[in-house]
Amino acid sequence: MEPRREYLAEHFQTPAQQREATYLGIWLFLATELMMFGGVFLVIYYYRVAHTQAVAEAMRHLHYLLAGANSALLLTGSLCMTLVVEAARRQAYTRLKWMLAAAALFGLAFLAIKGFEYAWEVREGLLPPGSPNSPLTEPASRLYFNIYLFATGLHAVHVLIAVVLAAGMLFRIHTGHMQLPERAVTLEAVAFYWHLVDVIWILLYVSLYLVGRGA
Amino acid sequence: MSEKNPTADRMPSYLADEHGLRTWLATTDHKRIGIMFMIAVTVFFFLGGLAASFIRIELATPDGDLLTSDGYNRAFTLHGVIMVWFFLIPSIPSVFGNFLIPIMIGAKDMAFPKLNLFSWYLLVGGGLFTLYSLVAGGVDTGWTFYTPLSTMFSNGHVVAVIVGVFVVGFSSIFTGLNIIVTVHTLRAPGMTWFRLPLFVWSLYATSVILVLATPVLAITLLLVAAEHLFQVGVFDPALGGDPLLFQHLFWFYSHPAVYIMILPAMGVMSELVTAAAHKRIFGYRFVAYSSLAIAVIGFMVWGHHMFVAGQSMYASMVFSLLSFLVAIPSAIKVYNWTATLYKSNLTINAPFLFAVTFIGLFVIGGVTGLFLALLAADVHVHDTYFVVAHFHYIMVGAAVAGFFGALHFWWPKMTGRMYSQLWGKISASTIFIGFNLTFFPQFILGYLGMPRRYHSYPDDFMFLHVMSSTGATVLAVGYVLPFFYLLWSLRYGPLADDDPWEAAGLEWRTSSPPPTHNFVETPIVDFEAYEYPPEATHGTS
Repeated sequence: MEPRREYLAEHFQTPAQQREATYLGIWLFLATELMMFGGVFLVIYYYRVAHTQAVAEAMRHLHYLLAGANSALLLTGSLCMTLVVEAARRQAYTRLKWMLAAAALFGLAFLAIKGFEYAWEVREGLLPPGSPNSPLTEPASRLYFNIYLFATGLHAVHVLIAVVLAAGMLFRIHTGHMQLPERAVTLEAVAFYWHLVDVIWILLYVSLYLVGRGA
Repeated sequence: MSEKNPTADRMPSYLADEHGLRTWLATTDHKRIGIMFMIAVTVFFFLGGLAASFIRIELATPDGDLLTSDGYNRAFTLHGVIMVWFFLIPSIPSVFGNFLIPIMIGAKDMAFPKLNLFSWYLLVGGGLFTLYSLVAGGVDTGWTFYTPLSTMFSNGHVVAVIVGVFVVGFSSIFTGLNIIVTVHTLRAPGMTWFRLPLFVWSLYATSVILVLATPVLAITLLLVAAEHLFQVGVFDPALGGDPLLFQHLFWFYSHPAVYIMILPAMGVMSELVTAAAHKRIFGYRFVAYSSLAIAVIGFMVWGHHMFVAGQSMYASMVFSLLSFLVAIPSAIKVYNWTATLYKSNLTINAPFLFAVTFIGLFVIGGVTGLFLALLAADVHVHDTYFVVAHFHYIMVGAAVAGFFGALHFWWPKMTGRMYSQLWGKISASTIFIGFNLTFFPQFILGYLGMPRRYHSYPDDFMFLHVMSSTGATVLAVGYVLPFFYLLWSLRYGPLADDDPWEAAGLEWRTSSPPPTHNFVETPIVDFEAYEYPPEATHGTS
């Protein structure tokens, strides 16, 4: 077995310092993601206030059960990522690989259902937003579908990135390119990202599908 | 008085360490990346300046004779987009922040060196793409991309420009992230927060804005692009969408962006003023905290761009008050710099002249900003040349004077060569005169009612416009001069000392230019910031 490489970049003094820098960098990156989706939430809530009735009509056309199932899938994926980090610290390689694969699969399942949901909406005439046979009468209801498409689309891109990251980690571990537990911090970074994508989805689910349907 | 780094002579400088273009393009050394940023932003500065010269030539006569109205719109869009995103925002943080922060805090490099290099590629890639789209297609929206003009009526190149700006936004975010993490985690032993040079404090405050505000610009631009490309419109008035919402989102980034441009220049000022006065800064903590105050309050004033856009009157009142508040920390800085200079043993050199240029122009720009924060006055001068003059005093007069001041102050450290002080002073004076001649008449033009973004105007305004265009010529000479004597110094300039200005600070304790990892041994900091010998403060008495 080849000797372990030292994972201390030369501009750091101690591993603790390097770890601290990595964590702070991850948290700041997540903060930028939050600010970015913050803009989307501002748009959602502004129009909910400005066009309450039309938004409620549009919401009643959204398939909240599919999206609810999707929430469960994404949360389970997050759980797998937590177990990944825990397995990495214990160097339990087999469990680690299984959990990474499971997380990626849950992410893919989310995307598949999301795609199915979009297809269903296209059949119903809800999408694309300018569709002539749309059941939506109010212009502002169509505006809400524009926001819905933008917000969930942007989120789906993030899920896709999370899946690719998990698959990439799996590949690196499988080919022996990741030393554990030293590089567990990389897996933790990916896990953080997963959780963020998860949390944003929960907020999107509530904001887009649930609250205010009855208005 | 310079303390020689004992073994520095045995270490090759960062410039001599490796040779060849490839070692630069793949470098992770923060100093080399800083130099690469300097080359990139200089190119963008001259391109943006070229567009400005078209504008000023057009405005030399009342008729629209050089450019069509559409061509004029394209020229000022090119000018604004390039100057804001590809010069002003990256200028001091990416060039001097990158080069100096690790040295000033006694670190070997930035926390994430590869991310740092990636950030440069994002700037250059995004910049070239944007430039191509602006020149090939021509975009007429102005740098603000207001909807519905940008989403429904502009040609398709607006999307390409938006993508370019989106990409360069990530360059900003990564630089800001890197600076924050570096300052938090890589300070040398003994380098406490209150021993940090004030340049580091203001770059830290700038980075907070970069990291928190830029993503909002990114999402706003994505929304515009989606509306233009796929008709997924969220600002579309036909569907009940609200263009004012776009303006809120846009200015939530773009007003703090002004502080991204000016805060780093303020940080430079604190270094220049103390080095010229040979004296500890007056009110260190006040200057440090005022940077953070500007960053925080700066997030809450964006509505003053929309006083006449149909925003709620009560919102406008709150934004007006908050806009006045942001003047307080800015004034604290100006007073503390002048108090530092008071009764000091002053050295009048080129960097110092750039510093006083900054202070003079910043005060005019800041005070006229208060006119604009006043609701009633703003209604009269909104969207006139008064506004144009005001923000140029801050973003060009002050911020670019800060950039040039930093260039002249740290040039010996970066290159190891001295340049002609006389030429430096001539350049600073030319810039001061040329700038005032260009932009002061614009205050009067605006007050008289000349609106911005018009390529022709009534004959009555001609005298002031000609004065402004003449001034722009003088200003251009002032900006171009350093290009020649600084390049000349690279080859013929005398070798620079480690500490040519007899300034305090860690960067002056390593060799000029510094070795690859900045210090031979990690310095132990057992001295306060701006530790100048006490007798120097009473030198003249």
